[in-house]
Amino acid sequence: MNNFILIATVLASTALAYHYGRRRALGVVGGKPRDLHSLPGYHGAYMALWCLLPAAIFVAIWIAIEPTVVRQIIAGSLVQAQPGLTGNALDLAVNEIHSLSINAFAYSSASAEKKALVARYQELQGIGTAAMATIALVLVAAGLFYGSKSIAPRMRARQAVERVIMWTMVGCATIAILTTIGIIMSLLFEAMRFFQFVSPIDFLFGLQWSPQIAMRSDQVGSSGAFGAVPVFAGTLLITAISMAVAVPIGLMSAIYMAEYSSKKFRSWAKPLLEILAGVPTVVYGFFAALTVAPFVRDTGHAIGLNVASESALAAGLVMGIMIIPFVSSLSDDVINAVPQSLRDGAYAMGATKSETIRQVIIPAAFPGIVGSIMLAVSRAIGETMIVVMAAGMAANLTANPFAAVTTVTVQIVTLLIGDQEFDSPKTLAAFALGLVLFVVTLILNIIALTVVRRYREQYD
Amino acid sequence: MINALPTAVARGPNLSKDRIKKRYAAEARYKFYGLAAISVAILFLAILLVTIVGKGYSAFVQTAIAIDVNLDKSLIDSDNKGDVETLTQADYRAVVRASLRNLFPAGVTRGQERDYFSVFSESAQYDVQKLVLNNPSLIGTTQRIWVKSAPDIDMLRKGYVGAADDGSQRLNLTQKAFYDKLVADGRVRTQFNTTFFTAADSREAEQAGVLGAIMGTFMTLAVTLILVLPIGIAAAVYLEEFAPKNRWTDLIEVNINNLAAVPSIVFGLLGVAVLLQWFGMPRSAPIAGGVVLALLVLPTIIIAGRSALKAVPPSIREAALGVGASRLQTIGHHVLPLAMPGILTGTIIGMAHALGESAPLLMIGMVAFVVDVPTSLTHASTVLPVQIFLWADAPERAFEERTSAAIMVLLVFLIMMNLVAILLRKKFERRW
Repeated sequence: MNNFILIATVLASTALAYHYGRRRALGVVGGKPRDLHSLPGYHGAYMALWCLLPAAIFVAIWIAIEPTVVRQIIAGSLVQAQPGLTGNALDLAVNEIHSLSINAFAYSSASAEKKALVARYQELQGIGTAAMATIALVLVAAGLFYGSKSIAPRMRARQAVERVIMWTMVGCATIAILTTIGIIMSLLFEAMRFFQFVSPIDFLFGLQWSPQIAMRSDQVGSSGAFGAVPVFAGTLLITAISMAVAVPIGLMSAIYMAEYSSKKFRSWAKPLLEILAGVPTVVYGFFAALTVAPFVRDTGHAIGLNVASESALAAGLVMGIMIIPFVSSLSDDVINAVPQSLRDGAYAMGATKSETIRQVIIPAAFPGIVGSIMLAVSRAIGETMIVVMAAGMAANLTANPFAAVTTVTVQIVTLLIGDQEFDSPKTLAAFALGLVLFVVTLILNIIALTVVRRYREQYD
Repeated sequence: MINALPTAVARGPNLSKDRIKKRYAAEARYKFYGLAAISVAILFLAILLVTIVGKGYSAFVQTAIAIDVNLDKSLIDSDNKGDVETLTQADYRAVVRASLRNLFPAGVTRGQERDYFSVFSESAQYDVQKLVLNNPSLIGTTQRIWVKSAPDIDMLRKGYVGAADDGSQRLNLTQKAFYDKLVADGRVRTQFNTTFFTAADSREAEQAGVLGAIMGTFMTLAVTLILVLPIGIAAAVYLEEFAPKNRWTDLIEVNINNLAAVPSIVFGLLGVAVLLQWFGMPRSAPIAGGVVLALLVLPTIIIAGRSALKAVPPSIREAALGVGASRLQTIGHHVLPLAMPGILTGTIIGMAHALGESAPLLMIGMVAFVVDVPTSLTHASTVLPVQIFLWADAPERAFEERTSAAIMVLLVFLIMMNLVAILLRKKFERRW
């Protein structure tokens, strides 16, 4: 609540600073704005920025640093009480104090020393918050003072304000880069920790995947096996099935819409197809698990096949449906980008429409079509909800579409749902799988985007 | 000198005519394949929607049974205190059970009694509690109220399940006979399922609703929107209007395009590693979910924003610069307002995407079972797609129809958002 008051105070002073700066700028030139270098509003904004930015930057840094400092102090007093405490055990002890301080129920049953430490912890936090608020308010006042002093007719307030805005925009544009760096760093970092338990060779080429680790070391199969080949194979199988559905349907739809259909038909069919891409994947997952999978199983039984109830076929089929619009809309674009002169040439030689399509347009659009299929493959590999709900958990190394297989995304979800302990290979394996997933989809995307772009330039 | 034209040579049967026929047949076949492909795709869509609606529409109504509750003073407020605490804590279960026994046939065994009780929902006691708290003067009277039936009876009435004594059905014939008697007495009706829209999740299907998930979704998306709108617009303006063409901006551009195609689950891993572990954000909370979704849709919104800015003709910029506006004034006063409808359309579509997203939220723990409607950004909560995922896993038949109904609610939200986007585009679209 205190933080809320602090934020409100700072924001209110910022608004006041804006008005004051405006008035003061007008005041220094006797109410004649044309004598000012910048419009009065810029002077107001200039003052507002001086009021807001130093305090905001300070608070951000403080919030980032404070918990560490408080933990250090608590850790210090813990070590004084129990000199042997180091490393993870110390971390755990500090964490316990922290959780006691926010959990009144647990606090009531804690020991007296712990209660004292919790009190000390809370006291430190209180001091920290108070100090932060005081310094922030001082900074606000100092900013106001400096800002109002620098207001003068020749002051280049607009340039100053615009510079801040520019840098803010640059900062926003870099967030995308930071996200990528964050993804790569976190995946790499956690995967490295995983590879301390399991060698990368075993992970990438091992044939046995059973990540369940027993709670006690004397239980059977306690080591867990992290050979990811069955998981990769399952992903490939489901992706292949979905492509077998999506590529012919998507490609033929695109060809029909680009070459045959009337404008009116196209204006109806294209949005309808795109709805398929807009339906949330969890809906497809439900559809796959409750409608398609039983249907596939029963049909299989009727013709004497042994079909698992979580067959790769059901998940792949539904995923294929979802992917159709990705293939069709991109292929549609590239087919439309083939110059009309190529078509006219083929027609002039007496080719029928379908002959033109097969022998002229598709070869001309081939790189773009391949690009769109690669994007679709990357989408299928990374798709999660359908497979989580409709594919199996057990890692079977098989190419039989009627068997249950598991995928990379399913394993990531199952490994990370529930309790997360970041020192067990079971949890960390999710990040190693995530790294593989990220790298593979990234390569596919980069190749596909380059191919499509180069193809577009070719006919521009 | 012109030679005599070669006279037509008799070629036997006219092969070219046959070939043309074949080629035309191939042409017709090819065209048919195209049409068939589109039809199959649209057919899939239709099957999907029909299945969902067909399974889900019945969840919007619910079976209710009328019971005459004897609000026995000795059970509710034996000491005649009449204060709120006493009235809240009274044993309404006993009150309800005592009243229910009046409905049972005479001379039932304990086992049969248990069967009969399980025809009614456990929520009856809360209904009675509410009734008494609203109007304590009713104590001592007998009131007829409509309570929810147990989900099994609801399923029986909707015709999804039957009853049998061999254990193949969840209901046995005793219960079925009792239900039939209640129907004959006019004590059973089908009413609108308000619980579905006013309750959060519950283990009991008849008490489960989507309000908690809707509130969670709302808060999560609010966080996303607050982050993504200013950052997305600022980034799009910078990249489109100011960025010099150099390696650095090329890198940002390639990076944004690739980020838009990164699987959403990877963003979930980022959320776990960075937001939860590093920044210590609370698990399962809308604030963490909102940040993850913001990172997820940011590339989409930047790309949409850039194309909206690109569509504003350079003459606007030149005119503004010509009368002495600075570059930022040009953008802020002229270009951005003109590009705003396009940017907003892109944002709404991006938010619709975020609304349907569930995989990254599973990662950061928004699969928690939350029985309260969340009230703050740091409370554990869930979102609509994840609620669907959770219910889809529940074995009871009653949850199957609720899952479909929740999907219908989600789809209605999505359709509304897309409609707004389309209308916005129609209304403000300008051809220069």
